[in-house]
Amino acid sequence: MSELKQELKEKIIDILNLEDLSPSDIEDNDALFGDGLGLDSIDALELIVMLDKDFGIQLTDPKKGKEIFKSISVLADYIAEHRKK
Amino acid sequence: MPSTEKNNANRGVAITGMGIISAIGNTLEDNRLSLLSSQSGIGDVTQIKTKQASQIKVGEVKLTNDELIDQLNLLKDNNFTRTALLGLVAAKEAVKNSGISMDDSVETGFISATSVGGMDKTEIHLKEFPSKKETQKYISSHHAGDSTQKIADALGINGFVTTISTACSSAANAIMLGARMITSGQLDRVIVGGSDALSKFTINGFKTLMILSDEVCAPFDADRKGLNLGEAAAYLVLESDEMTKNKNVLAYLTGYGNANDAFHQTASSETGEGAFLAMQKALQVADLKSSDINYVNAHGTATPNNDLSESVALTRIFGEPMSDFSSTKSFTGHTLAAAGAIEAVFAVMSLQEQIVWPNLNFKSKIEETGLKPTTTLKNKHIQNVLSNSFGFGGNCSTLIFSKR
Amino acid sequence: MFSDDSQDFSGFVKSAAKHLNTSYPKLYKMDNLSKLAFLAADVILSEQKAQSDTALLFSNRASSLDTDRKHQASISDTNNYYPSPSVFVYTLPNICLGEISIKHQLHSENCFFVFDKFNPEHLHSNTEYLLHHKKAETVLCGWVDFDDKNYEAFLYLVSENGNIAHTVDEISKQYRSKL
Repeated sequence: MSELKQELKEKIIDILNLEDLSPSDIEDNDALFGDGLGLDSIDALELIVMLDKDFGIQLTDPKKGKEIFKSISVLADYIAEHRKK
Repeated sequence: MPSTEKNNANRGVAITGMGIISAIGNTLEDNRLSLLSSQSGIGDVTQIKTKQASQIKVGEVKLTNDELIDQLNLLKDNNFTRTALLGLVAAKEAVKNSGISMDDSVETGFISATSVGGMDKTEIHLKEFPSKKETQKYISSHHAGDSTQKIADALGINGFVTTISTACSSAANAIMLGARMITSGQLDRVIVGGSDALSKFTINGFKTLMILSDEVCAPFDADRKGLNLGEAAAYLVLESDEMTKNKNVLAYLTGYGNANDAFHQTASSETGEGAFLAMQKALQVADLKSSDINYVNAHGTATPNNDLSESVALTRIFGEPMSDFSSTKSFTGHTLAAAGAIEAVFAVMSLQEQIVWPNLNFKSKIEETGLKPTTTLKNKHIQNVLSNSFGFGGNCSTLIFSKR
Repeated sequence: MFSDDSQDFSGFVKSAAKHLNTSYPKLYKMDNLSKLAFLAADVILSEQKAQSDTALLFSNRASSLDTDRKHQASISDTNNYYPSPSVFVYTLPNICLGEISIKHQLHSENCFFVFDKFNPEHLHSNTEYLLHHKKAETVLCGWVDFDDKNYEAFLYLVSENGNIAHTVDEISKQYRSKL
């Protein structure tokens, strides 16, 4: 699981163009949206594409994203349970 | 700071001709009949091969490119994109409808809007360009200015020509610029509007933003799921008052305003600030109060975000009672850069017919704002129509059309 | 005020942003056209403390072509089909106006024109109109173009008072001198 979390941190920094951030700057339970990393609705959509592309998980309701992308830990749990790749 | 821009009563902006082609008709009269019979043009996509076909509904123009080429009598080896074809059909109708002749010595400008440009052809032929010589003619027609120039050349335009590309408010901005060039005396006559064809580029792009609906759209409905893309073109002939002495004036463009929402690249703010400011500015230019508006043709794309934001802005402008309002995107789909122009045509038709066009597919009010659009054809006295067009990038524009 | 020998644009953006003290993380999410427009505008607007009724009148030749190509590439392989929402968002030339408006909280008029080449007459007459009719107190205008490896940005701020006369000749002169 910690390998997946590390992978996710690297992916998020890369996909969302988070300049000047390294994986060690993101805590497992930090809020990704709102006050945490300050990600916005377009970032959420990019993560939905990532779920499909890298893990074979298709999310059709963008509102579900809010719960799944709460933090790295929550996201990792969700992926571990639902991944097809 | 109070603006001094007022639609100068001595140099009003008259609309003397219109032309349109959309999912609900290939001519002005076809469009009018569809509106009068509440006949929507939204359905399955038939002319584009897209992966998304089973998951979307669109407002397609019911003519193929070959049929458009035939109608326009173009040479077989032309490099007109669908955007240019639709545009030329509508522009020619506008010129005919107005009765103007490009051979008189009046300087006539042309301001056209597009977001797709020649992408409809480029996306089909891109990989073939290096190997298939006969497709290379579409390289030069990709540019956003290409359809503008082609139409200008075909019409014999002798004056100022430009292309505006500001997403879904583009055509409204083209109309606004044309009006200002007339009121400032730079032009006596200008043809303004826009054109956008459907393309895989936009279908896939909007799909990835998750704002498309897999059903016919339901603007302002509590359960709205998203928009239906559409394609269309429409143009208006604008002339200064002096030019219209013995002419039939269809309506007057009396107000216009533009403002930026400054909130997000694609979403609208909760307070609808950009929309509010645009409407406020347009009313100011027209020297009207919100209670003078008899019908609002809303932007109403049926996305969760726009319709809520626009409802808030409408409430801030109109208070109670709310003006009669509807979104005609439930007829045509969201025609992107052309929207401001086709909806301008519908606004003028509303003045001509003294009818409020219905907002189709509405079932229940948005809880937060409780606004109910007009859902059936409504006959009433209409003096002033306000039309909204809000684009990505926070670009919000409003136009006001009036009888005099 | 700043020059860089880096061949690639992303390197240029990083050094420019650092040098100009542009502390704006969202900069790196923008496409090339918006990054260029944003930095160029930021230089002027930060210096002048932008008022919320600063109108924006931008123009270029390539529209959003640079980003259009990226989006097109992402949907052209049916076996590797993952269009990116953050790329698609920038397939319109006026998004850069939105970005500038968001940073400086400008709620003013904004428009984007596509021309074959830099058109000082058009920018001049539109700017004069806005100022004359008090639709804006200042107007930031110019040309921001990005097409593959070629890019240029020429922006200038116009208001009632200033050091340089607002004439078509002067605009053309300034544009040519920066080339």
